[in-house]
Amino acid sequence: MEAVLNLIIEKYNYWIYITLMMIGLYAMIAKNNLVKKIVGMNIFQTAVILFYVSTGVKKGATIPIIEHGHDVAHQAVRAADYINPLPHVLMLTAIVVSVATLGVALAIAIKVYHRYQTLEEDEILEQIREL
Amino acid sequence: MKTLGLIIVGLVGAGLVYATIDFPPFGDPKSPASLHVSPRYLEKTVEETAVPNAVTSVLGDYRGFDTMFETTVIFCAGVACFLLLRIPRRRSSGPRQYRHRLTGLTFRIKEGGEIFLPLREFEPVDSIWTPHDFIIEKVCRYLIPFIQLFGLYVIAHGHHSPGGGFQGGVILGASIILLSVSHNLRTALNRMGEKISALFSPVGVFIFAGTGALCLVLGYRFLDYQALAALLPGGPIMARSHGILLVEVGVGMAVMGTMVWIFKNLASRGRYDEGL
Repeated sequence: MEAVLNLIIEKYNYWIYITLMMIGLYAMIAKNNLVKKIVGMNIFQTAVILFYVSTGVKKGATIPIIEHGHDVAHQAVRAADYINPLPHVLMLTAIVVSVATLGVALAIAIKVYHRYQTLEEDEILEQIREL
Repeated sequence: MKTLGLIIVGLVGAGLVYATIDFPPFGDPKSPASLHVSPRYLEKTVEETAVPNAVTSVLGDYRGFDTMFETTVIFCAGVACFLLLRIPRRRSSGPRQYRHRLTGLTFRIKEGGEIFLPLREFEPVDSIWTPHDFIIEKVCRYLIPFIQLFGLYVIAHGHHSPGGGFQGGVILGASIILLSVSHNLRTALNRMGEKISALFSPVGVFIFAGTGALCLVLGYRFLDYQALAALLPGGPIMARSHGILLVEVGVGMAVMGTMVWIFKNLASRGRYDEGL
């Protein structure tokens, strides 16, 4: 029993991200509407971002800004006192890039709507077949 | 399709959950990700770059190439939106609509018609009904300068507190987007035109790459900011700090310009009229 509880406490964050990621993946596969597919893609991206950020967490550590100031004596920095900055750097850029690519995806959706007057995938495919 | 999707999602999810057995526990200081390269960044950032915020120093200096090409990706996304959606404005000769600012009445001018009243009191609108909310307009009017000031602070103070070019650029872009949501897109276009937002993103990328190229010209490697010690006061370590600031300004400009540019294209479907 205790082993199971420990497993849950140690790993529950990953399971939450996997759940989110699977919601996004399901939306991308099964939804018929293109905008819903794009929303699913964004949920998927969010899950990946959360996963990365959570790998940087260290228990008992603080944000990765080294203590500084005029009255703080210069001493050796212990890496265990600060959380891992690397996932934050990678995800910082990934968030902004995901917003930009979301813009491109929506622009393409607008174009598709102009062309076919619908965003439902099956109706678009039908119109393509008729041509 | 739905059942097939469910089966695929279930299988992939089960596989991923199975993989987490080998993962380090949540919050483990001894996890592999925290042991290899990040302790060096944390221990040496003040010594080597004089930037206490490890995120900023890694973003601007240690992994400058990554950030530079991320900015390029953002710029490319802006260009892609522009190329997909932008429709060149035709000289409109059909009926036009104007709203009287004070009374909120909308006038329809027939083809070839003219307004003889002072045009200052009228604003062009595209639909008969446009939302016109006094409270929202006034509150946003007074809020936006402070949002922009905060954005500039976030860019400039990224060395010592959470912040930097990406965050500050997004805040600055959001302030312009707030203006166009609370008033309309034309108001935002009067404040920050299409040319300016389209120029900001390549200029930002150019500042980033130009800083790197300047280091190359001064005889060091690309993006090795200690070369800037020849031009800036403070020695090679402070030069790294200043170099990161230059780069962050470039990133902020690129992000701000691109966010506003993409929003303008999306909100008006490339027609640059009153928008949403």
